[in-house]
Amino acid sequence: MQEMFLVIISAVFVNNVVFARFLGICPYLGVSKNLDTAIGMGFAVTFVMTVSTAITYVLQKAVLIPFGIEFMQTVMFILVIASLVQLVEIVLKKVSKSLYSSLGIYLPLITTNCAILGMALIAIQENYDLLTSVVFAFFSAMGFILAIVMFAGIRIRLEEADVPAPFKNVPVGFISAAILSLAFMGFSGLVK
Amino acid sequence: MNEALNILTRGFVRENPVTKMLLGLCPVLAVTTSAVNGLGMGLATTFVLLGSNIVISLTAKAIPDTVRIPSFVLVIATFVTIVDLLIKAYSPELNQALGIFIPLIVVNCMILGRAEAFASRNGIWYSVIDAVGMGLGFTLALLVLSAFREVLGAGTIFNIPLAGEEASTILVFALPPGAFAGLGLIIAGLNALEKKKGSK
Repeated sequence: MQEMFLVIISAVFVNNVVFARFLGICPYLGVSKNLDTAIGMGFAVTFVMTVSTAITYVLQKAVLIPFGIEFMQTVMFILVIASLVQLVEIVLKKVSKSLYSSLGIYLPLITTNCAILGMALIAIQENYDLLTSVVFAFFSAMGFILAIVMFAGIRIRLEEADVPAPFKNVPVGFISAAILSLAFMGFSGLVK
Repeated sequence: MNEALNILTRGFVRENPVTKMLLGLCPVLAVTTSAVNGLGMGLATTFVLLGSNIVISLTAKAIPDTVRIPSFVLVIATFVTIVDLLIKAYSPELNQALGIFIPLIVVNCMILGRAEAFASRNGIWYSVIDAVGMGLGFTLALLVLSAFREVLGAGTIFNIPLAGEEASTILVFALPPGAFAGLGLIIAGLNALEKKKGSK
């Protein structure tokens, strides 16, 4: 139980996907312009990340290792993720038209959200068991939501701030991200 | 010929995939702790981009529209696997340093972006030039950022010490916040330069 707790704390705070692992930066910058889209994107990522980590884990243990074809890992994993994203897209289109139109082009881009493939690969690298992998993926996604929602809040303020001309838009976003990441480094002593 | 030169050079600064289009940022921020890593990552990505652009420009007309993206991803994943195995075989240290970011080249949005926006609509000759230009632009951005961070964060460049042993370094540039701040400063610098040029 304690071990599970450590995995959770580490996934959300200490090794935050965005600030410590640098995964999922594109959607982090892309859809954080407004709070609602940020949250919607966050939940889409959570779903795909959790399910894909479970599937890729089983795939690795039940297919790739017994047949000795571990070198096919990248190709197989990306196929699983791409089909899952397609599924989410179809479901979302049916269930919520407004969310579908606001997530727009970022939805297919979840496929190329490196956080998803990254988590699947890290879970296997760290030798987690199935349950730990799923918990790890779910809470990493929570860490992603935390990062993207915080950043969306900051960006709303930035729009009204008086920023020196060369720093407008993108550069000031990166500087704010640097300060946020600095704050997250304060968690680094929590888990060894 | 002019057209070819234009395609080649636009990736360097004008349409640089990193500083202008903000594509493929994850490896840019993650592996740029030293100039060697930055260069290695840039060249590995360029190789994958070149391979995928060639194959996609040749096969795009034969691929039905509905399975276009999955097919492109499959082509890219194949080249990433080749690079992954090559680096593992010939440079274990680089493999250690880049770690998970080698398989993650497959989800570098720059590569899929070029496949979709350029290679699938142009012939092989232009696609090769486009891949070389964009790849070198990507490598250039990685190299500048990683040199910046290595000099400030570790006091070395390509592992060669610049100052004496007791020189104090700004450690934060070697850590994650330094990656965000460094890239922000570089883009701001480019904006300022561009503005100066424009006002003349």
